[in-house]
Amino acid sequence: MSRVWLAILLAGAGTFAMRASFLAAASRLATVPPWAQRILRQIPPAALASIVVPALLRPGGELGVLQPRLAAGLLAAVVAWRTSNVALTLAVGLLTLVALQAL
Amino acid sequence: MRFDDVRAGAAAVAPMLIGVIPFGLVAGATPAANGFGLWAAVGLSTIVFAGASQLATADVLAGGGSAAVAALAACTINLRMLLYSASLAPHLTAEPLRRRLAAAYLLTDQAYAVSIARWTAPDDEPDRRLAFYLGGGGLLWVVWQISTVVGALIGSAVPEDLPLDFAVPLVFLVLLVPVVTSRPAAAAALVGGGTAVAAAEAGAGPLSVMAGALAGIAAGATTEVLRDRRRRAEPAEAAAEAPTDTDGGTGTQADPAP
Repeated sequence: MSRVWLAILLAGAGTFAMRASFLAAASRLATVPPWAQRILRQIPPAALASIVVPALLRPGGELGVLQPRLAAGLLAAVVAWRTSNVALTLAVGLLTLVALQAL
Repeated sequence: MRFDDVRAGAAAVAPMLIGVIPFGLVAGATPAANGFGLWAAVGLSTIVFAGASQLATADVLAGGGSAAVAALAACTINLRMLLYSASLAPHLTAEPLRRRLAAAYLLTDQAYAVSIARWTAPDDEPDRRLAFYLGGGGLLWVVWQISTVVGALIGSAVPEDLPLDFAVPLVFLVLLVPVVTSRPAAAAALVGGGTAVAAAEAGAGPLSVMAGALAGIAAGATTEVLRDRRRRAEPAEAAAEAPTDTDGGTGTQADPAP
């Protein structure tokens, strides 16, 4: 087998194993102990913020505060908070970013 | 499985496609440009089905790296899937193994984020969860396959100064904001986001998301423990407060702590 296809199969197998890990065992998770629930509850805010915050603070891999993505993101966060409207948040965030980049 | 729920899942993911399609074009164009051909691009998209790690795999191979090193790079990027899998699993205990494995194959940042938000909403119904998930994850899969094939065949023609990639973090932002309604959740988000940035600055690369998530989880759980201790220490006050969120939810309940 070629190096490329071996890499694809290994990467796919490893990724699927991680995706399936807890989902495969879910039938044994019908009663989750309170300490585990406490940990599971933190995953959405912790994981989502770990994706969002670097996207706003380190666009292009460089830390920066005075740059359009942070400003557009903060404005979009206010819209998201007040309206919970995905389309409006997207429109405000993207248009603000385009406008700031054009300045 | 009701079609309404499938459609609702697809609708929840739809806004993210603005950012996913350009990414898919790049994920298809990169292996093709490195001379691995259309079928390697299709293989990556169907077998790995995870954008950043597909790019990393192609990158390592193009640089002459071995298959094992390329796969290790891909798997490192996808470590966060363990957390998503753990977070989703307690919500799908009633589904048969076959369906849970199908759900695992379709697990992405996007499918996770929209589903955990839907499943922890007040009007959630357990037997409608999987349909919603498959609607979102399925739409994403189909669009990903099409855009990577197009990218491999004709290259990525998205103008670079059009910041469509920003659509993805914006939708995660919409999902993040309503989750941060309690002190523990705020601690998890602040420490998680801060640690992810710090880890990336320190050169952790693709591991920074996982580092941020783990630090955020620790901070959120610690804040909860301290809050509960304080409440036990003040029983009269605690009795007047709403019960703590022990429903296996995601910290979406309001925190009445002073």
